[in-house]
Amino acid sequence: MSRPAPAIIGSVAALALLVLAPALLLAVLPVNQAQFWTANILGRALVFGIVAMSLTFLATYGGFVSLAQMTVAGIAGYTVAIFVQGAVPTIVGGFGYPAAIALGLAAATVSGALVGAIAVRTRDIYLLMITLALAMGVFRFIETNITWFNGYEGIRNVVGPEMFGLPFRNTYVFYYSALGTAALLYAFVLYLVRSPFGLVLQGIRDNPRRVAALGYDVALHRIASFAVAGFVAGCGGVLATFYNIGISPGSIGLGATVNILIISVVGGLWHPIGAFVGALVFAVFDTFAATIYDRNRFNTLIGVVFLAIVLVSPDGLSGLVRRIAGLLHNTVPTGSRRR
Amino acid sequence: MTIRITRRQALVGGAGIALAGAAGIKAPAIAQNAPIRIGGLTTLEGPFATGGQDAYRCVQMELERLNYTAGGRKIEFIRESSNAQADVALARARKLIEQDNVDIILGPLSGAEGIALRDYSRTLTGKSIVNGSSGASDTTLRNPSPNFFRFSTDGTQWMAGLGNHVRKTMNIAEVAIVAGDYAFPYAQVFGFNLEFCRAGGKSTQYWAPLGTTDFSAQIAQINRSSVGALVVVHGGTDGLAFMTQYAQAGGKLPLIGGSIMADATMLSARGPHRSVMMGMVSGGPIADINDDPNWNDFVARYRARWLKEGGFQSPSIHGVNYVTNLQGILAGLEAVRGDLSGNQAAFQKAMSAAKFKNPMGAEVSLDKNRQAISDIFLNRIEERDGRAQTVAFARASQVNQTLGVPEDRFLALGAPSRDNAGCIAG
Repeated sequence: MSRPAPAIIGSVAALALLVLAPALLLAVLPVNQAQFWTANILGRALVFGIVAMSLTFLATYGGFVSLAQMTVAGIAGYTVAIFVQGAVPTIVGGFGYPAAIALGLAAATVSGALVGAIAVRTRDIYLLMITLALAMGVFRFIETNITWFNGYEGIRNVVGPEMFGLPFRNTYVFYYSALGTAALLYAFVLYLVRSPFGLVLQGIRDNPRRVAALGYDVALHRIASFAVAGFVAGCGGVLATFYNIGISPGSIGLGATVNILIISVVGGLWHPIGAFVGALVFAVFDTFAATIYDRNRFNTLIGVVFLAIVLVSPDGLSGLVRRIAGLLHNTVPTGSRRR
Repeated sequence: MTIRITRRQALVGGAGIALAGAAGIKAPAIAQNAPIRIGGLTTLEGPFATGGQDAYRCVQMELERLNYTAGGRKIEFIRESSNAQADVALARARKLIEQDNVDIILGPLSGAEGIALRDYSRTLTGKSIVNGSSGASDTTLRNPSPNFFRFSTDGTQWMAGLGNHVRKTMNIAEVAIVAGDYAFPYAQVFGFNLEFCRAGGKSTQYWAPLGTTDFSAQIAQINRSSVGALVVVHGGTDGLAFMTQYAQAGGKLPLIGGSIMADATMLSARGPHRSVMMGMVSGGPIADINDDPNWNDFVARYRARWLKEGGFQSPSIHGVNYVTNLQGILAGLEAVRGDLSGNQAAFQKAMSAAKFKNPMGAEVSLDKNRQAISDIFLNRIEERDGRAQTVAFARASQVNQTLGVPEDRFLALGAPSRDNAGCIAG
């Protein structure tokens, strides 16, 4: 990030575009189409993007590819669903949305740290496997535990808080909440990686022994980075739960876990923006593949598109844009900075 | 790792992605006097994929027969698919309603999806969701939504008569029940136990999550116990996995089947499970062999249309349920001459009052919660024409959602769950 000025201008332009997105869509699409795109494509992409960004943050700056981020997001969602008033069935209930959301985010942060603590001595494929095992363990635990999580049906009717007198499921309330959360978290991650903590994290990624020799506690930094990623994923998990009017084990199963990895890889693991690019592509294809292609075989199309993206650009779509920009300047970027 | 790509590669890749993106953006034109749009939602992935495919076969066949018209208006049928998970079903339903602008959704297939869509339907105005094949009892029994209609019977109803048959006719005092750990099997187990335990029977439940592939521990436990029969309430690939392992473990108990167990999707699959399934008794809304002109006509049309294109020898339970619910929609549309104005108020009223005979020849009508009251069949699997088929040998007429128990007493028993399996003595 040696060019902060263009990067900031780019970010502000993207944010402005997203803030105006509902109005822009309204100009080119019929009314209900614009609403659908606002909430179910862009809004959903932002929510998935937040969860994927927690993975991108860990992978890009720490070198940890974790498969447990959807699980952590789900823990936040389940915590909200368990404590909030009005959920069906009522497990604990009685809490208002602000308190339940705070509890959910705390649970996600703690469980993120816990994942980090359990996986602290592993790297690469072993880290991938241990986080996958944790994710599947939590999934099965939630799926089979009726008393706390209502098993396979999950907890429904978590409608989200009212904001400005409007229900949360109102297209624009949902969209701007997701956008605001995503923008704040994005800025937070960019700030964090420039802070001393973030620099140590990148040092650990490049050479953990040297960082340890400098006197930093590698394990503690690692666990802290997982806790931060847990908080970010938790924000996405809470929003996803409101979007789905509840949560069930399917939301955190193997499919959902792998989707987050796909989103991150398709978008590009070299910068947090990749998570949102990947999420947008994912949301579009997940929604429209069956319309474009044969109903019974649309998963083939999704697979082929993702394969094509990864083949054409190993650092994802956002990396592809960077390459094209580099080609226009007659320079070839050196790819992702690690390996 | 640095991969260099040429300018041309980058441009071709970029153009391809842009093209794919543009294809998704096309917006359907909304014309005056447009056809009625019905959105289909079933599962074409996951454990119930074969049932979901058959559901669309049957729906397509019926719509082709009517030349895609009802109440004087054209019908457009838009298909979507989920994977038996609530959040995916919800995302697809939103797409159908908000993007494809459908008037009515026909679906979903599985229990958890049904409950999620019931909740979603409550947030809609001027749209109707008519069930496909999902059979969780709570979808309509508790806290029903005014926009959710179910012309098919639920899992509890499908067991009407089976508990009494096992206890009284087969004279079995104790059974082991293996069942999926989600809403639909809860409803089935509840319905079975309600009769069986009241008649003095005793039951032990063994639950397994949807998508389980290894049942060996459960089977070992059952083979060590001293029960007189085994009740299997699995379906789809779970049912196949269980029955295959049970056959391989040398299981010899008389079998009682849940409704989606004794079905064309199971009987048409190859494997060792077929040998032990012969003679299995089950209850449900359909049977392969049923002496009713409606049914024989339906089966004949199904075979003529689909046997060469991957269809079963006999339509599946999911196919028949989707068609039964489609009939409800069509009856409503005929009654209002295709008029869906006024936020569908007249149409929904007409659906609530609809009465018709479904493909099995069973009378269908709705109760105050927009839930079907209909006939249930007791079946036995027999070898006919060189293959295993379910043969109806008894019929329980006009079964309601509480199996004839007064509603307040039935509701007081609590919602079916793994801890409330309906085994109430006396």
